[in-house]
Amino acid sequence: MKTSSYKIVLFILVFLGALIMIYPLLWMMASSFKPESLIFKNQSLLISQFTLDNYIQGLKGIGGVTYWQALKNSLIISIFVVAATVLSCSMTGYALSRLQFLGKKVCFILMLISMMLPFHVTLISRYIMFNAMGWVNTYLPLIVPSLFAIGSFFCFLYVQFIRGIPKELDEAAKIDGCSPIGIFFRIIMPLALPATISTAIFSFIWNWDDFFNQLIYINDPRKFTVTLLLKMYTDALSQSHFGILFAMSSISLIPIFIIFLTCQKYLVEGIATTGIKG
Amino acid sequence: MKKVIQEGRPPTWWDKNKFGFLFIAPWFIGFMVFNLYPMLYSLFLSFTNFNLFDVPKSVGFSNYIFLFTKDVRFFESVVVTLKYVLFGVPFQLLIALLLALALNKGIPALGIFRAVYYLPALLGGSVAIAILWRQVFDINGLVDHFLMLIGFSGEIVKMSWVTNPNTSLSTLIILRMWQFGSPMIIFLAGIKQIPNELYESASVDGATFIKKFFHITLPILTPIILFNTIMQIVSAFQAFTPAYIVGGSTGGMLDSTLFYSLYIYIVGFTNFKMGVASAMAWILLLVVAALTTIIFKTSDRWVYYDN
Repeated sequence: MKTSSYKIVLFILVFLGALIMIYPLLWMMASSFKPESLIFKNQSLLISQFTLDNYIQGLKGIGGVTYWQALKNSLIISIFVVAATVLSCSMTGYALSRLQFLGKKVCFILMLISMMLPFHVTLISRYIMFNAMGWVNTYLPLIVPSLFAIGSFFCFLYVQFIRGIPKELDEAAKIDGCSPIGIFFRIIMPLALPATISTAIFSFIWNWDDFFNQLIYINDPRKFTVTLLLKMYTDALSQSHFGILFAMSSISLIPIFIIFLTCQKYLVEGIATTGIKG
Repeated sequence: MKKVIQEGRPPTWWDKNKFGFLFIAPWFIGFMVFNLYPMLYSLFLSFTNFNLFDVPKSVGFSNYIFLFTKDVRFFESVVVTLKYVLFGVPFQLLIALLLALALNKGIPALGIFRAVYYLPALLGGSVAIAILWRQVFDINGLVDHFLMLIGFSGEIVKMSWVTNPNTSLSTLIILRMWQFGSPMIIFLAGIKQIPNELYESASVDGATFIKKFFHITLPILTPIILFNTIMQIVSAFQAFTPAYIVGGSTGGMLDSTLFYSLYIYIVGFTNFKMGVASAMAWILLLVVAALTTIIFKTSDRWVYYDN
């Protein structure tokens, strides 16, 4: 009897906590469907006067850039980055977990260290380098580094995952005359699919949310991504356009929501095995 | 392999290494070009007056001396960032640990609760959430409204928590605490690993819930606490988006939300003092390295390892 009442109290606390956590998000979404005049008068989640005006107004864009264009730009960058990250980081993970080569231990340690490197320390030199190459105001500074396994977290994830794949499978394939390249594509990659999904999800989300790099590298409004366009909305719209801001913010979160709802298992596994941050 | 046998010679050094080199090549090039070289180059720049347009000229230690003796805003940004880290990270981890414990107690609909608690961590870094946060804490926002609802009145329900220099940093610390989802999931995974027999034999010996927590759960979780602490500290020192959007791109009222990252951005990309910004980046690197080393060094006193 005692334990069950204790459990009920705990359940109520956890439930209230969850409500507090999620309320701001629900408030934003509900508000995005309310007319401007009602948003701050009535802060409940109930929508007494439903309108799509905020969305219609917002999607038109600002300063000659439509929201659709920004969405497209963000998607293009993200897809490139995800593909490049998966390929380069899985190769790195395979090399560090299965292959033998001179300097392997040093490489592994350097990879772990670069996981903790503050991004500032490479920021300015990278900018100068890309500027000298004429890459500023293109997507290349955002995409090209990911071809070279710059995401140490994902390399680490692959190392951890591939170490868990039974070595006998490689040995058997080797005896059958399969080269390390063949083993990588035919045995390791198919079995490391969960790691690939986690990598794809997280690199997509981080890239989708990335603000700093896009802010310093992209100046041309026609090349703006969703995050930059959102920033432009906050600069340009006065205090009386919260509805539009909320509507556009909500749209920008949709891809992440979709991933969250469909891939939760992989998100949880990815975090639990490597301590990747969300 | 086949070829080697056919030719009848033993595998050479190159044969043994070539596939390893092939697969590590992208990472190795990336490390050299995008990490090691930029790091060293920014160390070099930190001793120059580089402004992105003219040839860098050596200025000795004067960037560092300027930061530490003359630049008031540098000092402010250090204080703001330290406050953010020292208040944000411990509270974030404490909430994460408490909720992991609560969720592990066999609560119904665990999956849903875990998802709801995790969601903010997944969304938290985005500009959209920063925009939302500003509105939640702004004048007539959700917080003012809530305070009015529970009976407060007067000034406190009509204030903007974001533009008030006394409270603006707190709103960012709360935003950080709100994103405790990933450490919570790591704690949950750790708690699940603890063998049940430990608790059972403790119960036989008459241990209370509190005793079991301090003598079983907490010691076993210490390696995870260490890991979470280091990862969150490293990430908190680098926070940028919330300060830029919530507090404002110039550092907020009276520089109350002038995060270190934001100040580097202002110095480097608004004022084009690349030399000074590089010096700031290296100071940050040394501080983060020193902090993690200290935590690691002291960890054998409080972290419990199984074997």
